[in-house]
Amino acid sequence: MANAHTNDHPADKYYVPHESPWPIYGSATLFVFMIGLCGWLNEWYGPWIFAVGVLMLVGLFVGWFAVVIGEHQRGMYNMQVDKSFRMGMMWFIFSEVMFFAAFFGALFYARQLSVPWIGGEGVKFLNGLLLWQDYSPAWPTNGPEALGPRDDGSFETIPAFGLPAINTAILLLSGVTITIAHHALKEGNRRILNIFLAATFLLGFLFLGLQAEEYIHAYTELGLTLSTGIYGSTFFMLTGFHGMHVTLGAIMLLVIWFRTMKGHFTPQRHFGFEAVAWYWHFVDVVWLGLFVFVYWV
Amino acid sequence: MANSTTAHAHDDHDHKPHGIKRWLYATNHKDIGTMYLVFACAMFFMGGAMALVIRAELFQPGLQFVDPGFFNSMTTMHALLMIFGAVMPAWTGLANWMVPMQVGAPDMALPRLNNFSFWLLPFAFTLLLLTLFVPGGAPAGGWTLYPPLSLQAGDSFPLTIFAIHLMGISSILGAINVVVTILNMRAPGMGLLNMPLFCWTWLITAYLLIAVMPVLAGAVTMLLTDHFFGTSFFTASGGGDPVMFQHIFWFFGHPEVYILILPAFGVVSEIIPTFARKPLFGYESMVYATASIAFLSFIVWAHHMFTVGMPLAGQLFFMLSTMLIAVPTGVKVFNWCATMWKGSISFETPMLFALAFLFLFTLGGFSGLMLAIVPADFQYHDSYFVVAHFHYVLVPGAVFAIMAGVYYWLPKWSGRMYNEKVGKLHFWLSTIGVNVLFFPQHFLGLAGMPRRIPDYSTQFADWNMVSSIGAFIFGFSQLLFVYVVWNAVRSGEKAPARPWEGAHGLEWELPTPAPYHSWDTPPPRNVITQGAMH
Repeated sequence: MANAHTNDHPADKYYVPHESPWPIYGSATLFVFMIGLCGWLNEWYGPWIFAVGVLMLVGLFVGWFAVVIGEHQRGMYNMQVDKSFRMGMMWFIFSEVMFFAAFFGALFYARQLSVPWIGGEGVKFLNGLLLWQDYSPAWPTNGPEALGPRDDGSFETIPAFGLPAINTAILLLSGVTITIAHHALKEGNRRILNIFLAATFLLGFLFLGLQAEEYIHAYTELGLTLSTGIYGSTFFMLTGFHGMHVTLGAIMLLVIWFRTMKGHFTPQRHFGFEAVAWYWHFVDVVWLGLFVFVYWV
Repeated sequence: MANSTTAHAHDDHDHKPHGIKRWLYATNHKDIGTMYLVFACAMFFMGGAMALVIRAELFQPGLQFVDPGFFNSMTTMHALLMIFGAVMPAWTGLANWMVPMQVGAPDMALPRLNNFSFWLLPFAFTLLLLTLFVPGGAPAGGWTLYPPLSLQAGDSFPLTIFAIHLMGISSILGAINVVVTILNMRAPGMGLLNMPLFCWTWLITAYLLIAVMPVLAGAVTMLLTDHFFGTSFFTASGGGDPVMFQHIFWFFGHPEVYILILPAFGVVSEIIPTFARKPLFGYESMVYATASIAFLSFIVWAHHMFTVGMPLAGQLFFMLSTMLIAVPTGVKVFNWCATMWKGSISFETPMLFALAFLFLFTLGGFSGLMLAIVPADFQYHDSYFVVAHFHYVLVPGAVFAIMAGVYYWLPKWSGRMYNEKVGKLHFWLSTIGVNVLFFPQHFLGLAGMPRRIPDYSTQFADWNMVSSIGAFIFGFSQLLFVYVVWNAVRSGEKAPARPWEGAHGLEWELPTPAPYHSWDTPPPRNVITQGAMH
């Protein structure tokens, strides 16, 4: 970083960042991380390698973001760079939407097509005649062989208008608080900004706490686990990946909060803040989809 | 390969790192583009070696060289290496080199992300190639990873899945970079409809990548949890369905094949006008045709799985939507022909490859139309006819277009001309080889030879032998390509700034070899309008 460009570019000159060790370090990090996971699953020396990978990952985030934040604070990014960051973040969120689309697709396909077919609906009547005579396909289901932890194959689901409804309210409220924080940032009201940003990530962590509570309840009392047939699979994979994204989003909010406390961001230039806010709205919207299609209907 | 000459480019005031750090810590689009191309070339030869193992085994009926399990690993790994290791990185490499030059930018919009995208690939392919050495061997269930077969792999299973995750991350980040570069870094005065077609086709390709690579990630993640964590996405006893994997996979898979071919349309649309010395016929219709193909690619996926069983309405829908693709593709082919109409055509190596692309890709398109017809597909499915079809669109299609692009732009990259004689020799050997290799496979498929088998009935012997001979001709003639490029970069004649008299576009307005940072300041408007003459 010693030979960094300074911000003495002429205004009409494009900004090109200097070289950086972080990208290749990041690639190596993901490699170690994934070799560790593979090793774990194949019962080699996985957990230790994985732990190294996690440590490297923390180092990656801290190190790379520190460089970027530092360069931003020194005013090295012009408005064109700012716009590139914005577009990059939007397209990244689009890719995340498509990731969730795969799992929603699996849910809809299973509910609308594969489960009725297994039950012998329509042209698949032979399934009902020959394979699984007494299976009555109705959602929620853990399949004709009633997979799951309980011996009798039964399981219970989590009603939408209990904890999930409270969680919906929490996430929607956090969407409001971050918007208030954003307006405060634009108006230069740093006290309101700090308070409402803190409220946002606290709501995020509260959501995660309640979600953990719900998982424990499902695993210990409801017979609902990852291996409870297709219902358990879709339920835990969708809510689980969403939970991971909330965790990441909440950590991002926390980082942004530390930055606002240090006085970063101006009413005009605050890409970091906005990127995190967009991301937070994205996990919020995904949750609404989950609430409707996984818990409710 | 092109690096050694860019190292002594004129722009000494450019801040240019030296030594190994220049590559490891790179932020320069040309350096990263070169690394992509060299990586793709290495994977092309590795995947090609695997193809030669396959063709050697199939030279005669009976089991000669390898055991059937290893044969299946070879078909699987050959596909994964060629798709994700050779063709996709080659296109990203070309995009890295050309997009900033063509839109009048100094570099890609997000240079460090660019380097991250590249360096993920060697690590991803290390993971994938490691599977050759683990208990149970490399994945052998086909690159499509259909469950339940793919779930029965040995220790290679998680390595394969995580390698695909890394490749996916690399592709998504690379695609985001291209989209942002094109949308945000165009020189002032260059409208979207002034852009060269290579940028247009890459913009649409990048959109497809961002839309479908995450779907592949989701699909393989479901495989992973089905294998290790007891989920039943693809297990009927738990209420899931193995066919569901095929639907999710091909929702990714069909746009993926257009990801491999759309940039080829762009390259050919640059080369044909240059050597026909006429502007491209129907520029705007080319743009709209590309966009239509991209849109249609999302609603045709189930034509890969007609025989697996689906409602009649589904079969009809996917048959008709698939055939619809012939319309925008036909627009393109006729536009290329109309561009050449009454042009003063010369046949340098890039043009020869582009013309071979035009003929042979169209041929592959026609066999695709045959496969789209449901009752016919019931006969052709999983036969060598399918193998012939997709190799025609991928080898003399995508790969020839990549080579055409390299021959076309190499003078600009390296500042030196390649040897035209050896280039033409490479072209003719490749074109003859590829047809001897793949054309007989149509006959084999129509006669009923199934794909992905190490041994076959003796009635298929003759054409298999012909095909294998073609494979070795094609494979070894690619060494000429490396020789031509290497020779040009080391000791080629100095190239002028515009080595092709009919070439238009901003890249030809730059000095040769192109300076380290392409356009430090935006190019003046008159250069843009002059350069963007279609």
